[in-house]
Amino acid sequence: MTRQMTGAKMVVQALKDQGVDVVFGYPGGAVLPIYDEIFQQNDIRHVLVRHEQGAVHAAEGYARSTGKPGVVLVTSGPGATNAVTGLTDALLDSIPLVVLTGQVPTFMIGNDAFQEADTVGITRPCTKHNWLVSDTNRLSGTLHEAFHVAQTGRPGPVLVDIPKDVQFANGSYTPPAKARVSHYQPQVKGDMEEITELVEALEKAERPVFYTGGGVINSGPAASQLLRELVDATGVPITSTLMGLGAYPANGEHWLGMLGMHGLYEANMAMHDCDLMINVGARFDDRITGRVDAFSPGSTKAHIDIDPSSINKVIKADIPIVGDVAHVLEDVLKVWKARGRKTNSEAVAKWRAKIDEWRQVDCLAFTQEGKVIKPQHALARLEALTRDHDRYITTEVGQHQMWAAQYLNFNDPNRWMTSGGLGTMGYGFPASIGVQMAHRDALVINVAGEASWLMNMQEMGTAVQFRLPVKQFILNNERLGMVRQWQELLHGERYSHSWSEALPDFVKLAEAFGAKGIQCSDPDDLDEAILEMINYDGPVIFDCLVEKHENCFPMIPSGEPHNKMLLGEASTQDAIKAGGAVLV
Amino acid sequence: MSALKIKKGSNKHSAYNLRPNFSDVVESHTLAVLVDNEPGVLARVIGLFSGRGYNIDSLTVAEVDHTGHTSRITIVTQGTPQIIEQIKAQLGRIVPVHAVHDLTVEGPVVERELALMKVEGEGEKRVEALRLADIFRANVVDSTLGSFVFEITGPSDKIDAFADLMRPLGLIDIARTGVAALPRG
Repeated sequence: MTRQMTGAKMVVQALKDQGVDVVFGYPGGAVLPIYDEIFQQNDIRHVLVRHEQGAVHAAEGYARSTGKPGVVLVTSGPGATNAVTGLTDALLDSIPLVVLTGQVPTFMIGNDAFQEADTVGITRPCTKHNWLVSDTNRLSGTLHEAFHVAQTGRPGPVLVDIPKDVQFANGSYTPPAKARVSHYQPQVKGDMEEITELVEALEKAERPVFYTGGGVINSGPAASQLLRELVDATGVPITSTLMGLGAYPANGEHWLGMLGMHGLYEANMAMHDCDLMINVGARFDDRITGRVDAFSPGSTKAHIDIDPSSINKVIKADIPIVGDVAHVLEDVLKVWKARGRKTNSEAVAKWRAKIDEWRQVDCLAFTQEGKVIKPQHALARLEALTRDHDRYITTEVGQHQMWAAQYLNFNDPNRWMTSGGLGTMGYGFPASIGVQMAHRDALVINVAGEASWLMNMQEMGTAVQFRLPVKQFILNNERLGMVRQWQELLHGERYSHSWSEALPDFVKLAEAFGAKGIQCSDPDDLDEAILEMINYDGPVIFDCLVEKHENCFPMIPSGEPHNKMLLGEASTQDAIKAGGAVLV
Repeated sequence: MSALKIKKGSNKHSAYNLRPNFSDVVESHTLAVLVDNEPGVLARVIGLFSGRGYNIDSLTVAEVDHTGHTSRITIVTQGTPQIIEQIKAQLGRIVPVHAVHDLTVEGPVVERELALMKVEGEGEKRVEALRLADIFRANVVDSTLGSFVFEITGPSDKIDAFADLMRPLGLIDIARTGVAALPRG
């Protein structure tokens, strides 16, 4: 059954039919008809952000914490260009988003009209796909297709650009069930021959390791469940990328901790020395591999990924399996069980003993002494005081992000939202707003650095207006900490523009927005202050003044392999060679 | 995806695929990409090549199925086997792309290109140009007292050869379509 309605009404109808309950957006001239429709209904809540970039990051937080696509509505021109950073961020981290942009009327496109931009042209390289809808009769079909593409295969952001005359015009609405079936149907089942080969390798392996990534989380809760079953049944140690934290619980028996540039010593050593590496939904990012030609030199590498272009892009896969993580793991388990649940248990026990030796290095150890709070200590206390809560963590980008990944424990998927691939400073605060919209009663904390946080601080208005009790836990070192650390290690301690001289008083700033501000500088007051933050029913800016020159370790210096980690200050002298200095 | 890794002894694929994946040898491949004929699809393909730093030696595109709204893009590109595999996988994940065929590895292929060449000259040179055109089966499609326009079709190297011969005889302009290709048989 098709119904006649305006394009603007179709947008709202399509969102309802797709099960959307929240839209993050900002109105403007080219989307006024859609906003008029939003005004006349109560099924979809609209969250008015203070900047379009905030809308996209908020939608990312919503999507990452629920598994559902995040929806954004912004106007043409500057509304669309402000969304570009968020779109790129979502593309690199494979977050499903549907972004709707207004456009000048079709008859004005190309005339340099007011607030006109070539939105589909600008966003073509930073979306999974995008559409310019020039006929109201095709609008509903395109919107349903947009939701399909965003969520199918490797998820990602899509954008639908809707000219204002298309919003005003009447056309026929097609419900999702009647919409044209898309030809876009990526393969989800893995090749059984390759899966059997992986199981054979798993049975024989002496030093196996699972290396998992964001793909496990994107595949859904079933994937995490299957991964846990497989790891616990085989006793194979497991490490994860930044994006994959929580897929296997941090309190699980076989957990090694995060790997990569600031990963744990035992995780990186296990990756370097293993004889079988099983990559599940990760992409051999340069933060993980370090020097590619010295990456895990002696191992057979299996790679499970839904995106064929991830396979053999960086590291040659000996056992490539194209498919959805949950589907493939289900088959792996089935085949492994059918073949008699074999492992090379004697050798694996020896391997685990070796890993325990590496664990003794205790690479995350730190000493909290004196009257200045160490950032690691602040996070260790935050972990201790919040671990029993229904807790979601977002972060900004920099040292605090790495410390959060190291010192906070994630026992469930969808609890950890961070900008991994693009490394977008300013991501965490709006993301925490999106998470809180989806989980109204949960404790949502954004672990931030003061510099990142200031990049999207305008969203305090959003948090206060929508009564979102997000906690902004700012580790304030008055520095761009990670930049400063690299300048110390690589640029002769010349700290070019990596400090802020005019920081705001964060307590007063919170009060100016009608929120609560807490400042803490004394380690003895820390617990009480954190509890005050947790127990306050409303948004809080927590200004935690920390040691200004703390560096983030362990660290694999640029251009070095996994077994050349720096563990602390003493090991940093001339650690990075000229060749490594050109890398980022 | 099968070309990603071929097991030793496998006879499912061309022996061409048995070469190591990460070899340094740069190869030329002809790809046929079947796409929905929708606005922006060519920009997506070209943007992929420029954004990821791949080479395009030649590119042709036209609608081939009017009712199904599909176009065929034929791309001649160069790269190591790993890069070629990446290009194919990256093309394959563009949403309006239906299929990517690597004609170079899928078996014998017919490749043709059309070129128009304007040759100016008088006297002996003019006669020689006409004589060579006859040998190359090039047609004269326009003529004045001082010039010819030749139309020639064939594989790219034949057109290169004809252009090389015409250059000393007064070649002043050349327009080429790029390669169109189909598998044989």
